[in-house]
Amino acid sequence: MTDGLRFFTFAAPSRFYALTGLLTPWLWLLAIGLAAAGLWIGFFVAPTDATQGDAYRIIFIHVPAAWMSMLLYLVMAFWAAVGWAFKARLASMLARAIAPTGAMFTVLALWSGALWGRPTWGTWWVWDARLTSELILLFLYLGYIALAEAIDDTRRADQASALLAVVGAINVPIIYFSVRWWNTLHQGATISLTAAPKMASTMLTAMLLMTFACWAYAFAVAFTRTRALILERERDTAWVRELAATAPGTRGA
Amino acid sequence: MRALFLALLLRDLRLAARRRLDAMLPLVFFVVAVSLFPLGVGPETQTLRQIAPGVVWVCALLATMLSVQQVYAGDQADGSLEQLLLAPQPAIVVAAAKSLAHWLVNGAPLVLAAPVVGLLFDLSPAALGALVISLLLGTPVLSLLGGLGAALTLGLRSAGMLLILIVLPLTMPVLIFGAGAVVAVEAGQSPAGHYSLLGALLIATLIGAPLATAAALRISTE
Repeated sequence: MTDGLRFFTFAAPSRFYALTGLLTPWLWLLAIGLAAAGLWIGFFVAPTDATQGDAYRIIFIHVPAAWMSMLLYLVMAFWAAVGWAFKARLASMLARAIAPTGAMFTVLALWSGALWGRPTWGTWWVWDARLTSELILLFLYLGYIALAEAIDDTRRADQASALLAVVGAINVPIIYFSVRWWNTLHQGATISLTAAPKMASTMLTAMLLMTFACWAYAFAVAFTRTRALILERERDTAWVRELAATAPGTRGA
Repeated sequence: MRALFLALLLRDLRLAARRRLDAMLPLVFFVVAVSLFPLGVGPETQTLRQIAPGVVWVCALLATMLSVQQVYAGDQADGSLEQLLLAPQPAIVVAAAKSLAHWLVNGAPLVLAAPVVGLLFDLSPAALGALVISLLLGTPVLSLLGGLGAALTLGLRSAGMLLILIVLPLTMPVLIFGAGAVVAVEAGQSPAGHYSLLGALLIATLIGAPLATAAALRISTE
């Protein structure tokens, strides 16, 4: 390990632990800063929508949450698959750490959508394709978490839940494109990279800021949770013992 | 490979034939569960006809989820599952034979009973036909996905509930198109599109599920 950085340098739990220890406070700072800026633009700068009034402002949390919920499932499945295929312990831990955050964003997207739907559509919930598939996504997250938690053997838990995540990930594209299959109530995607955005640029700025805030938050939380998992699973290694012995507030070994 | 497949299939069918009551239970559950709905919803023929496709399909789904838990449990308990996985033939053969046997013992009776159950809901002959065809295409998918869930949850404490939580989200497309075919017929439309999508799901599951189940069996018995 004298030859500097390699691709897998941070696949070693001890180095990952040290690196994320440095990064996490900055990520938290970034998340709070971006969220504050995004919310300020969203609430005080962005104009009121002509048809939806002020109710539309919930998109500044709703859309980023919905994006994150879908993206995080794919990221989780990716790391779970890497951990399973290459027997990479850290990748499996990362996948386990991402799952609760993904489930949280799914709940947030559903709940904020319900709060928006009440004044706009006149109902908390409709059995629209997109809402339904978001709900199914939540069930997929819950199934993954439940399976991983139910198996006591760490290795089997990681592998079995990885398989489930991969099988579920095959469903995520179906979920995303379902809005085109069943033409229903939920408005289509307003943002695309190819067409000019159909919303005021301040609204877009606020939404993108909030999206980056959610990203930073997801990284920070996932890293924090991974660090806890590392300490738990590597508790018998020398470096964790050393860490525990020198850490302030512990009685030492 | 074919010899192992046939031997496993025939063994499971023979086991089911010698324990007829066990094999009948999912069917009984299906009929009883379906009969509960008119009691809960009310006896209006129009309403019943409207909810019939969904009710029959959901009950078939639940009956499959309950019966599929036993697919690998017995073999694991007496150790024969590990021996099967030690065989030189790939584990896919085991997964495929087990799922086919499960469908023949538990799925096919549901398909046959569906028209009779449909009569309780005053479905038209055309709708009954669509119900049978959609179940014929859909229940094998349920058996295959259920097999995957059973392999993943093999030997766990709360395997039953866990299996249902894991597998139900994956079966929702089947439910949508299966019940949708019957609804389409009731509305005077062609169910061909629904059949095609069900067929596509069946083919995709036939290819993918035994592979995934084989991997899951290896993980669970390691």
